[in-house]
Amino acid sequence: MGGAEAARSRERARTGWLLSAPALVLLLVAASGPLLIVLVYSFLAPGQYGNVVWQFSLDGWFQVFLQRDIFDGTVGPADAHLTIFWRSVKLSILTTLITFALGLPTAWFIATRPPDRRAMWLFLITIPFWTNLLIRTFAIMEVIRNEGLLNNLLIGLGIIGQPVQIVFTETAVLIGMAYVYLPLMVLPLFAAIDRFDFRMIEAGYDLYASRWQVLRRVILPIIRPGIVAGSILVFVPSLGAYVTPRVLGGGKQMMIGNFIELQFGQGRNWPLGAALSMLLLAIVMVALLVYVRATTREERDG
Amino acid sequence: MSARAKPFSVTALPGFTTVALAVFFLLYLPIATLVVYSFNDSLSIAVWGGFSLRWYEAAWQNAAVQEAAVRSLVVASCAALIATTVATMAALGTTRRGRFRGQTLIYVAINQPLMVPEIVTAVALLIFFAAIKVATGYQGLGYLILAHSAFCIPFAYLPIRARLEGMDLTLETAAADLYATPWQTFRRVTLPLMAPGIAAGAMLAFVISLDDVIITEFVKSAGQDTLPTYMLGQLRRAITPEVNAISTVLLAVTVLLLTAFFLLTRKRG
Repeated sequence: MGGAEAARSRERARTGWLLSAPALVLLLVAASGPLLIVLVYSFLAPGQYGNVVWQFSLDGWFQVFLQRDIFDGTVGPADAHLTIFWRSVKLSILTTLITFALGLPTAWFIATRPPDRRAMWLFLITIPFWTNLLIRTFAIMEVIRNEGLLNNLLIGLGIIGQPVQIVFTETAVLIGMAYVYLPLMVLPLFAAIDRFDFRMIEAGYDLYASRWQVLRRVILPIIRPGIVAGSILVFVPSLGAYVTPRVLGGGKQMMIGNFIELQFGQGRNWPLGAALSMLLLAIVMVALLVYVRATTREERDG
Repeated sequence: MSARAKPFSVTALPGFTTVALAVFFLLYLPIATLVVYSFNDSLSIAVWGGFSLRWYEAAWQNAAVQEAAVRSLVVASCAALIATTVATMAALGTTRRGRFRGQTLIYVAINQPLMVPEIVTAVALLIFFAAIKVATGYQGLGYLILAHSAFCIPFAYLPIRARLEGMDLTLETAAADLYATPWQTFRRVTLPLMAPGIAAGAMLAFVISLDDVIITEFVKSAGQDTLPTYMLGQLRRAITPEVNAISTVLLAVTVLLLTAFFLLTRKRG
């Protein structure tokens, strides 16, 4: 009996792996495998015209945080790089906070609609979600650029005389990222609120809780997995953002993604670019690990 | 006594509805602006010069746009076909009939493109394909198709898997009881039942490939612009009305495909 069961299980595993093999090979060749090459390249020396020289070197990693003074050879922090890291982290955290502040009421609103209209509201969030990120970035640019909708409106109303410079500032990148990543926050929040048992709130009010207390003590703790999921889904792509800072930052408000590209273009420092890529990947992996641990603990406890 | 308030609603939270409606408005305002500007007759992007299709005409007659559009369609079609085929096989191998050793590993591997930042994959492919380009001399569209196929796999896999998990195993057992061979059972029972999932997966893969900017930008050889990389390349200080027109067309395609996707996935059973 046990033998037959084990044989069937082995057979199942064999079919499973065989059927998955083409997808796995494709992913290994054109997605996961090349990541290892990046890791190797981060430990090589830069070539004069880009690419690398096959010679072990820690310069790529060294240059991520530090720089050597050209004249006296002293080692100090690479201020320009640290500015870019700080901007990336700061803007990603702010994007996450803004999308949460706007996303929670939106998700709540959708989840509390009558069932027949809920799908329609959800669809309205899904359309921007699937719309080309570049197009959405262009769209927000049409609103905030100097001759754009917002400035024209404010000038037309006589509130300002000169257009306010928003594009090519950090604020523009922040507005753009909050705009393009908002659906990523709303969808998991909605999923969490949709499963929410609204009798919990009634119980809270019956026990004389105020609206704020109900939100703080009942709703937020219960939808916590959705909050964690939404925050990760927004924070991770924000940190690796490339298109939005390039278009709305105009090359001045670089984030890590743009800085990595620079090393493979004009910078001609592939090892530094490779080291930066690996660093970004490591941060994202840590964030995902935190997410997995947070959600599994949730399942175990509750 | 103060004026009688609205009946007490358990699910209402102060200000939430206002914020939500504002969010929906702000979500669609920029898109609407972009669409409206694409019909603007004026050359200056600041002034409304009346309704016109001139930018659509200009884009339509622009050889670079035509080439980029055809390239986008070729890459997206090939990538969607390849990704959907391998994703269908993987979904059949990893759903139903119980768990097996390494299933989680396969699942993580398939979803890997969703976890790694796109810029990192783009850099990795740039390095890898640059070496192959030097070694083989081949500069064609194959690299783009290969890269797109890979990152489209999870998008094709997830809806197919969802469909398979919702399917009734007894129908296949019944087919087997009626002496159908495994292939006949698959061809006549399983495949037709999972078809909506496959179609949905293929559509998502197609949209994802059509939208890609970063990986394409790093992998393409000279003169291999797709529509999104062409539009990004056109951007200087502001967006040209022609790019607005192309964006509007791409937007329309996405909305149409999505509507089809929802109709396909909603009709269950």
